[in-house]
Amino acid sequence: MTTHSLANIEAAAHVSGKSTYVDDLPVMEGTLWVKVFDARVAHGHIRRLDITAAAQMDGVVKIFTHHDIPGENQIGGIIPDEPLLAAEEVHFQGQPIALVAAETEEQAAAALEKIVVEMDPLPVITDPREAFRNGQLLSASRTFSKGDTATAFASCAHVFEGQAESGGQEHLYLETQGAYAVPTEHDSVRIFSSTQGPTAVQRTVARVLGVSMNRVEVDVARLGGGFGGKEDQASSWGAFVALVAYVLKRPAKCIPHRMEDMRMTGKRNPYSSDFRIGLDADFRIVAYEATFYQNGGAAADLSPAILERTLFHAANSYAIPHVQVTAHSCKTNLPPNTAFRGFGGPQGKFVMEAAIDCAARQLGVPAALIQEKNLLSDGYEFHYGQIAAGAEARNCWQALEKKHPCKSVLSEIETFNTAHRWKKKGAAWMPICFGISFTNTMMNHARALVHVYSDGSVGVSTGAVEMGQGVNMKMMQVAARIFGISLQRIKLETTNTTRVANTSPSAASATADLNGKALSDACFQIRSRLETIARSALNASENAAISLQDEQVWLEGKATDLSWTALIQQAFVQRVNLSAKGHYATPQIHFDKTTGKGHPFAYHVYGTALTVCTVDCLRGTYSIDLVEVVHDYGNSINPGIDQGQCEGGIVQGIGWMTMEEVAYNADGRLLSNALSTYKIPDVYAVPQTLLIHALETEGAELAIFKSKAVGEPPLMYGIGAFFALRNAVLAFHPQSSITYSAPMTPEKVLTGLYNKG
Amino acid sequence: MIRFILNQQSVSTDLPLGSTVLDFVRYHKRLAGTKIGCREGDCGACTVLVGDFENGRLTYRSMTSCLMPLANAHGKHLVTVEGINGAQLTPVQQAMAETNGSQCGFCTIGFVMSLTGFALGHGAHTPEKAIASIDGNICRCTGYKSIERAAHLLVDRLQTLESTDRLGALVDAGFVPAYFSEIPARLTALRESLLTKPGEDVPAAVRIGGGTDLLVQKPEAIRQATLLPLFDRDPLRQIAFHNGQLHLGASVTVTQFAENEQVRAFFPNLDNIIRLVSSTPIRNMATLGGNLVNASPIGDMSVLLLALDSTLTLRSGAETRQVPLRDFFLSYKKTALLPGEIIETISFVPPSPDTFFHFEKVCKRTHLDIASVNTACQWTLGPDGTIDTIHLSAGGVWPFPKYLEKTAAFLKGKKPSEMLWTEAEPILQSEIAPISDVRGSETYKRLLLSKLAGIGLMGVDGVDRVDKVDGVDKC
Repeated sequence: MTTHSLANIEAAAHVSGKSTYVDDLPVMEGTLWVKVFDARVAHGHIRRLDITAAAQMDGVVKIFTHHDIPGENQIGGIIPDEPLLAAEEVHFQGQPIALVAAETEEQAAAALEKIVVEMDPLPVITDPREAFRNGQLLSASRTFSKGDTATAFASCAHVFEGQAESGGQEHLYLETQGAYAVPTEHDSVRIFSSTQGPTAVQRTVARVLGVSMNRVEVDVARLGGGFGGKEDQASSWGAFVALVAYVLKRPAKCIPHRMEDMRMTGKRNPYSSDFRIGLDADFRIVAYEATFYQNGGAAADLSPAILERTLFHAANSYAIPHVQVTAHSCKTNLPPNTAFRGFGGPQGKFVMEAAIDCAARQLGVPAALIQEKNLLSDGYEFHYGQIAAGAEARNCWQALEKKHPCKSVLSEIETFNTAHRWKKKGAAWMPICFGISFTNTMMNHARALVHVYSDGSVGVSTGAVEMGQGVNMKMMQVAARIFGISLQRIKLETTNTTRVANTSPSAASATADLNGKALSDACFQIRSRLETIARSALNASENAAISLQDEQVWLEGKATDLSWTALIQQAFVQRVNLSAKGHYATPQIHFDKTTGKGHPFAYHVYGTALTVCTVDCLRGTYSIDLVEVVHDYGNSINPGIDQGQCEGGIVQGIGWMTMEEVAYNADGRLLSNALSTYKIPDVYAVPQTLLIHALETEGAELAIFKSKAVGEPPLMYGIGAFFALRNAVLAFHPQSSITYSAPMTPEKVLTGLYNKG
Repeated sequence: MIRFILNQQSVSTDLPLGSTVLDFVRYHKRLAGTKIGCREGDCGACTVLVGDFENGRLTYRSMTSCLMPLANAHGKHLVTVEGINGAQLTPVQQAMAETNGSQCGFCTIGFVMSLTGFALGHGAHTPEKAIASIDGNICRCTGYKSIERAAHLLVDRLQTLESTDRLGALVDAGFVPAYFSEIPARLTALRESLLTKPGEDVPAAVRIGGGTDLLVQKPEAIRQATLLPLFDRDPLRQIAFHNGQLHLGASVTVTQFAENEQVRAFFPNLDNIIRLVSSTPIRNMATLGGNLVNASPIGDMSVLLLALDSTLTLRSGAETRQVPLRDFFLSYKKTALLPGEIIETISFVPPSPDTFFHFEKVCKRTHLDIASVNTACQWTLGPDGTIDTIHLSAGGVWPFPKYLEKTAAFLKGKKPSEMLWTEAEPILQSEIAPISDVRGSETYKRLLLSKLAGIGLMGVDGVDRVDKVDGVDKC
């Protein structure tokens, strides 16, 4: 087992600027630039669309409207409710209406200005509760329940209720969306796309062009960040360029400007929620109810699935006998909101933590006391029917408690706060429990293609998309470990739909598990063939133990003279198949959507974070002094990469909870429409001390080499920053009327410090 | 014709003066290592290094190539990541790779260039300066902790280097390729061969300084415009002290202002003020004059220079005239500048040791952000303990940087106290008119200015009066 940190093998190319992203591909002769003409009203009937003047501009080859779509004008992934180009109505500002294809980017941009559209405006709704009241829903409302909350509340010693709001979040992948399409023979098209879901792009393009999927090839080298924003929303950009390339038979490229990307794409779903929590006299949570009003935006996109995960994670890591949680996906006139790291989980957990904080405040006890008392253990039946196994909630909490006893943290803060009039500290604990698997069971499968070339080098293709999470490195580690060869012999190929078909997107933290298991299947098939060759070459018996290590064949635990390259050469000469296709479908999982019960997750990831912050009570500014975490990595195959995922996730979660504020005006226009108005953490904004301790644990069988998924769970530690800041504000102004409304911007802090109470 | 050295190569181009360096290197020179993240100087993915002689010494500065007009590369050494790549990774690249400082890789090159700029920089190589060098680089993947670790590795490495021939030592240690040693001579030769600076001095020409505002607001118009670049006009880059006044040329960059020894002597706390102003690469480009003519309601340097009661010398051909800065701003984005006129000099009497000077700024993110509200004040006490002279300014509360005349007039001649500030509050509120926008609600901006101005002025709410010329309160 390799447990030492392995620096990402991609890093050398990254640091020297040699890694290729879509906009870096050398353009072919005759490439056209595509610009998108988008709606500037959030809701309206298109009365007139005039492209005549634009079409006559220098360099313009063609203006595309919905009339020019040869197939179906539809890109909705889960529900077919979103046109590629608006036909009669627009439903959000930024909705694509037409495409300009021109010889240069400047000419395309100039032509955009000449397109004339006249609209009859319709009422604009941006608030999910208002949409709900008007019956505007994107999908059927869902309820998960366990026990009988109505009866249980009557028996509770304490019952509290309240409202909690969490804001949107812009993905701000540093590489914007983008795609480049090249027409190929037989009425086909090849698309280089910045997507987490190559198959989603392929399926969408096939539908839009009206061709079969085998005529659409999608190739992905890597992404300059995705975070969920390129899971479904990369598809439209792929479809734009594919449409132009297919119709005009010329290569076509579309890379939106940052501001175009920000106003045209959806973000993390904002939620407005009501909670009710009941505790017994001993502070055990007896009953919990929540209603979530999800702001879905103008089309379903992935919101119905996000909504479901909110319900799965609504009770976070707590054992609660009676739970009833309901969620409504509300249709508003905003860009369709979409996947974002955590996928609805963070929104659900935020409300649970607000409920506990609300109870703790009114009971005059630390929230940590209630949190700790209610952590779930093995054998607990989640409200969706799965029985907890390998639960590490208490182990993580206790390991952190050993490093930072809750009582002493709180008393040190109290001492500090007494001594400082204008600076106040606050602390919060944040336990997490996050289920790994796509909650849509049918998506939990993957394939891999491995070629061992006759010189002993290895090419690996999987359905995994590298977007910074280090999955390419992990795939290489899987192949290297099974073949017993060095990483340098292995090349990770691009993710390509002609090599690996019908893939699920790189999402749900499950990419390394699913693709790694498929890859190991392929590698083991080849290894088994090689072992037969080795036995014969070494004149060993049929039952002799053969292994591959350090680029040599080992027999009965001893290295032989037969090297990897010699073995491959022999296999090749003997006409052995040195390629294999691996497949994996997660066993055990199932879920019945009608009863809301089942076993949807392969396993859960656990952890606990302590966050300590300081608020400047004169300026309303703040710093995060400490985030210290005990995290359940399982048995990590790459601690360096996993630590990076943890650190990055935490900072992204803190950003969501503090400075990242997605703001629309009442007309549905995005105000935070650039990096100058939408702020994500910089090097000075991150926790001064950020320590992550690995919980000592065995890991889970269904994780690749027992190394648990790590992409999304750490983001939710960031929720602690909200409550730490809130506690600091209340230390200064105990009567403050500050609400459970994230993000906790400096504006909310200052007004919280000085409101009338 | 614009001529410069791009990495190892001498280049010349007839592209428009207002084209961006970013588009030039990516699309005309196929140097794809430099990335496009935002095209507004807010992410740093396109950071390049620009080598130029400062006080006779070749000095490299990080700049965001998305906002750098091609004209400003004329006669300089422009370095992209391809210009530092060698057979082996440089120590900066090695450190970033070793610590997993790169995840998706897209922002990485910007960090590598900024840190290389730090390594090439003169003066001490401290961890604080290493981190400061990446204050203009945004990463969405790592959470920065791994990059901090890389920066620390780098500092350790740099501290072991021979420092008398710094460039030579850096070449030997592999920070930059060997051709860097020839750059001072090549650059000198190039500059001797340049007869004229690019640009047309016609009244209709658009005057451009660092480009950090114009190339955000209207890049396409600037690309097509007749330009008169002012960034490298020598007289406009001078800083002088005479007749009791500091005289700053309009093209003095924020960095140049902050590093100038004469200036620093008058503002002991300057570093703490300047670090709140944009980021290192933007400060390396942004000029003081540009900040003033842009007339943004929240211009940091405008607010600072207002509280210093600056006077502007405006020039049109051979004619000059003087305008007090407080009369320069007329309305939203409108100034007293006449067509064809430029700001030549910004002059003020620097704070004396008895003067209290203070600057405050609050925004969503403390660094590299635009103020919700900023404010500066300068005041002195008379022998009787009452306020003798006072200048007060604020941004974000009026259509242009606001000289708070009424509040200052009220405070003058009175003894500073918490009570006095309470009395001044209604006057302050009466002379501002903030609007609700993405940087905060009107209510918030009123509250915030009241708190921030109070910190600088009156020991409001019982806070000890701040240290003289200090940006950090002692609470």
